[in-house]
Amino acid sequence: MTPHIQSIIHPAGIEAARISHLWWVMFGICAFVWLAVAAATLIAIRRGRHAASAATDRQASFAVASAGVASVIALVALLTQSVVTGRALDSIRTPDALRIQVTGNQWWWDVQYENPTPSLRVTTANEIHLPIGRPVAIDLLSNDVIHSFWIPSLQGKIDLIPGRLNEIWLQADTPGVYRGQCAEYCGAQHAKMAMVVVAEPPDDFERWLTANRASAPAPVTPEQERGKQVVERGPCAMCHTITGTLAGGHTAPDLTHIASRSSLAAGSLPNSPGYLAGWITDPQHIKPGNHMPPTGLNADELQAVLTYLETLK
Amino acid sequence: MTAHREAHPRLTENDPRLDADALERERRLLERTWAGGRGVIAWLSEVDHKAIGRRFIATAFAFFALAGVLAALMRIQLARPENHFLSPDAYNQIFTMHGTTMMFLFAVPVVLAMGIYLVPLMIGARAMAFPRMLAYGYWMFLFGGIFLYVMFALNIGPDNGWFSYPPLAGPAYSYGKRGDVWAQLITFTEVSGLVVATCLVCTIFKLRTPGMSLNRMPLFVWAMLITSFMVIFAMPSIVISSTCLILDRLVATHFFNQAEGGDPLLWQHLFWFFGHPEVYIIFLPALGMMSEIISTAARRKVVGYMEMILSMTATAFIGFGVWVHHMFATGLPQFGVSFFTASSIMIVIPTAIQIFNWIATIWTARRLQITVPFLYSASFFFVFIVGGLTGVMLASVPLDRQVHDTYFVVAHFHYVLIGGSTFPLLGAIYFWFPKITGRMMGDRLGRISFWLLFAGFNLTFFPMHLLGLDGMPRRVYTYPGAMGWQGLNLLASAGAFVIFVSLLVYLVNVAVSLRTGAVAGDNPWGAATLEWATSSPPPPYNFTPQPTVASREPLWHSELRPPAIVGLRPDDREVLVTYLLDAEPDHRYSMPGPSLWPFLAAIATSVMFVWSIFQAQGVVWGAIPVFITLVGWFWPTKGKARLERGVTGRLTARESVS
Amino acid sequence: MKPRMMMVLCGVTCVALMAACERETRRYKELPAAANRETGVRVSQLEPGMPQQPADVKSPYQENAWGISEGKRLYAAYNCAPCHGVNGGGAIGPALIDDMWIYGAKADQIYATISQGRPDGMPSFGGHIPTQQIWQLVAYVQSMAGEVRATTAAGRNDAQMGAVPESRQPAQTPIQTGHR
Repeated sequence: MTPHIQSIIHPAGIEAARISHLWWVMFGICAFVWLAVAAATLIAIRRGRHAASAATDRQASFAVASAGVASVIALVALLTQSVVTGRALDSIRTPDALRIQVTGNQWWWDVQYENPTPSLRVTTANEIHLPIGRPVAIDLLSNDVIHSFWIPSLQGKIDLIPGRLNEIWLQADTPGVYRGQCAEYCGAQHAKMAMVVVAEPPDDFERWLTANRASAPAPVTPEQERGKQVVERGPCAMCHTITGTLAGGHTAPDLTHIASRSSLAAGSLPNSPGYLAGWITDPQHIKPGNHMPPTGLNADELQAVLTYLETLK
Repeated sequence: MTAHREAHPRLTENDPRLDADALERERRLLERTWAGGRGVIAWLSEVDHKAIGRRFIATAFAFFALAGVLAALMRIQLARPENHFLSPDAYNQIFTMHGTTMMFLFAVPVVLAMGIYLVPLMIGARAMAFPRMLAYGYWMFLFGGIFLYVMFALNIGPDNGWFSYPPLAGPAYSYGKRGDVWAQLITFTEVSGLVVATCLVCTIFKLRTPGMSLNRMPLFVWAMLITSFMVIFAMPSIVISSTCLILDRLVATHFFNQAEGGDPLLWQHLFWFFGHPEVYIIFLPALGMMSEIISTAARRKVVGYMEMILSMTATAFIGFGVWVHHMFATGLPQFGVSFFTASSIMIVIPTAIQIFNWIATIWTARRLQITVPFLYSASFFFVFIVGGLTGVMLASVPLDRQVHDTYFVVAHFHYVLIGGSTFPLLGAIYFWFPKITGRMMGDRLGRISFWLLFAGFNLTFFPMHLLGLDGMPRRVYTYPGAMGWQGLNLLASAGAFVIFVSLLVYLVNVAVSLRTGAVAGDNPWGAATLEWATSSPPPPYNFTPQPTVASREPLWHSELRPPAIVGLRPDDREVLVTYLLDAEPDHRYSMPGPSLWPFLAAIATSVMFVWSIFQAQGVVWGAIPVFITLVGWFWPTKGKARLERGVTGRLTARESVS
Repeated sequence: MKPRMMMVLCGVTCVALMAACERETRRYKELPAAANRETGVRVSQLEPGMPQQPADVKSPYQENAWGISEGKRLYAAYNCAPCHGVNGGGAIGPALIDDMWIYGAKADQIYATISQGRPDGMPSFGGHIPTQQIWQLVAYVQSMAGEVRATTAAGRNDAQMGAVPESRQPAQTPIQTGHR
């Protein structure tokens, strides 16, 4: 991973850029204020030590009042900048935005790309692809406790509160891979509830969306077939969905296109066969307390499952 | 007895009640009347505000040490990415315990405790109002803290953060008794806080010595008065919310259950309506301490007495109107939250006025003495202001939506709490140590511990601003190595070690000074307020004769020679109750003496609270022992004239009231 | 303090420790084959000699709040609700909150019911879900009938209420009714 993929001062979208600009303005004013007060304190200490000031209390009060007025001016400047930024942030709303619905669970993100035609909807987990230059509206729900949806490179955060529907607007402008993370303490594995955000040109995005609408490809080799059998007959199908197979569980991330994702376990692990094997064997070792139990597969079964899952691009 | 007040009464040297022998006799009688006694029962029955204040301070600092150890464990875990020093469950318990201990068992009790010790001395009173209730407040605080840590040792320590949001902390997602332990700790500490605040308000309103009208009160006393009112108005909110949480968990109410008409956000509103004033409760007494210390070091009164009082009052009022700034990320309507942006920015102004007044005081000092307490107070201007300015940033909704729940906020509140309260507190301990113990703290060790703390604190918490800006969220037990956060985290952990060393040096200083520190006279700092007019440490009855005041800085204006009060009975715990505004004498009142009932009542209350976590009937059956102890407590005592008015209540220095 | 009083205090503390430790432990990391103590259900009432008392096997999560909470989560996740009712009140399948148990109320019997399945509609979950999850479900099912300590059982759901929460369910004496 490159650094600063989760940084609020390295924005990759217009909304985050507006906030980053606000940050720098506020930082500048506040730094100046701090330096002024620090200097005044040091000078005061020096003068006080030598009893050097002949100012009367009246003059002192006048100085205090002037400093107070200056403070108010500085605060008004900060408030104005904040209001201006707030209004600019709202200007992104548009009727033809891309709409996504994200549902927070302990401790993973369920992502659905909305579409009036149900067969064109895309379901994935822990990874969001966005077309650059297009406003995106994300509806946010929670299945259990309060989470917080936060992609610092693109926008501020907003909570996912059970029983409420919140909405966030953002737009990616710089292509790249960014990282988001849950930002409201949600239990044992709050620390490992991240997501990968891929901002790509609109054509690449449409290609990705189309590929993700497809069901899982049929297995080709016997090993893949055996893997599919283990998935359908074993514990995997109890919780996970792989469209096109008999695995139809709804309490865990959708695995139909798992092989094309760049991370596992909500951004905790890179997606490679070795890590996937470790995760399937003992998820509790990597993310203790998460809701996936050790699956109890033996070595052959595990190998078959891995072979099959690798075909799910 | 004559009942008129003479203009400018003076005590003459020939006044028979002021000759040395008579005073000595009176002192011995008073000593006997007011002394606490020896033995375990006497220790448990103590009602002297000074003894209780000392215990409160010592206990609060013990919790500070425990919370500090927990912080050290957290920093060890976070020093490296993907560290396995602490399991996730252990880390989540530890960060919850750290926050809960610091906020409920250290920060608030310690500032109230400074008030308990100092306020009666500063206002020239012999005792604090409702001494037995004060003792009860201490025992509830102690038992609450012991309860929490025993539960923590039994693996039932709370693990949902110090703010315990449902639905996570509710019955569906927080299993076992951990959440109930947290909620009940709140009950303990809030009972204690409310009780102490009530005592403080009544003391300040009714026991000030004649001459100390409201506009002659020391700024520290003003700070404690305003703080106590904040406690009284803020704490019921969290009592309500924690009670609702326990009810949801134990008896299936639906306060925070959306499906049955409740709302998780109700918790947040109720909690933060308390939670924000809570931090001002922690902050305001420190402002009072700073005023006294700076005034003494600068050898002049603080510039702008009225402005200081109005600023503290304004801060307190506005502090009740900013709570939603903790909820900017919840999706509340924009129009509503913008009000809270305005109020959160506005609240800076009174504190800024105070800061400028202090700087003006220092600027116009008459030979400023850079004592160790002054160093701690001066660091406020460098440390707190960073936190105050990041607070203004957090008041802006767009920026808060980015940095909320990140290490930026962790940095912010440590800068304001430690810079604004802990640094002044450590200076205040150093400053009033001679008064409390009779010995001076070591100057050299004091300076070493100060500079170590200043360096260590900034080393620990400044990098956290950068971590927050780089996207590191709060309350995470680990972080990925690829994010590039490990350098700053390691730096923060190293700084924590420096803080630890500095506090160790401070503790050594306290321990050594208690034994071999330079013996302090009545007023080693040359300060102005009344507590320095009596011996160090003060006798159990604080003053004899009871001084009156004619100015804001009584010890600096002794040429005014205000009269002293003589004639309060030495064979009874008598105090002089005065009127609210101008402290004119009202009547004499006989204070209750030592009593074991507060301790027993606290035990009964604690049993009831702990029992009710495990069984709902505990509230019912546990109330019976509480009732019994209260009956014992309030059983009328015979034979004492509890209330005796002088004729029309006006006493003069020359009147005999025996 | 007298030595005897010390010993009593230590004893009480140890007991409290043991009670509290287990309830509050989060047993995330269990070995896959832990506690696989399946015993058969006797399907015949005849036994040579006197009937044997069944071994008193308990779910390993009987005293574990986390385990019972997991059982509750799995009850919803594995679709037990459509047949047994959202709060265990029964639908096309039998109620779990009453005192009537067709195939036995003991922990090993409930384990067998879940793992093996039963005629007329109870699926066989053995092999499809790990044994530790079956034991969690066993403990939860017992809590629905009030068989678990009130301090360990789950509180109310964050949902529309239809029933008394498990922690307030009165304990009942189970009756083995047999299949009717």
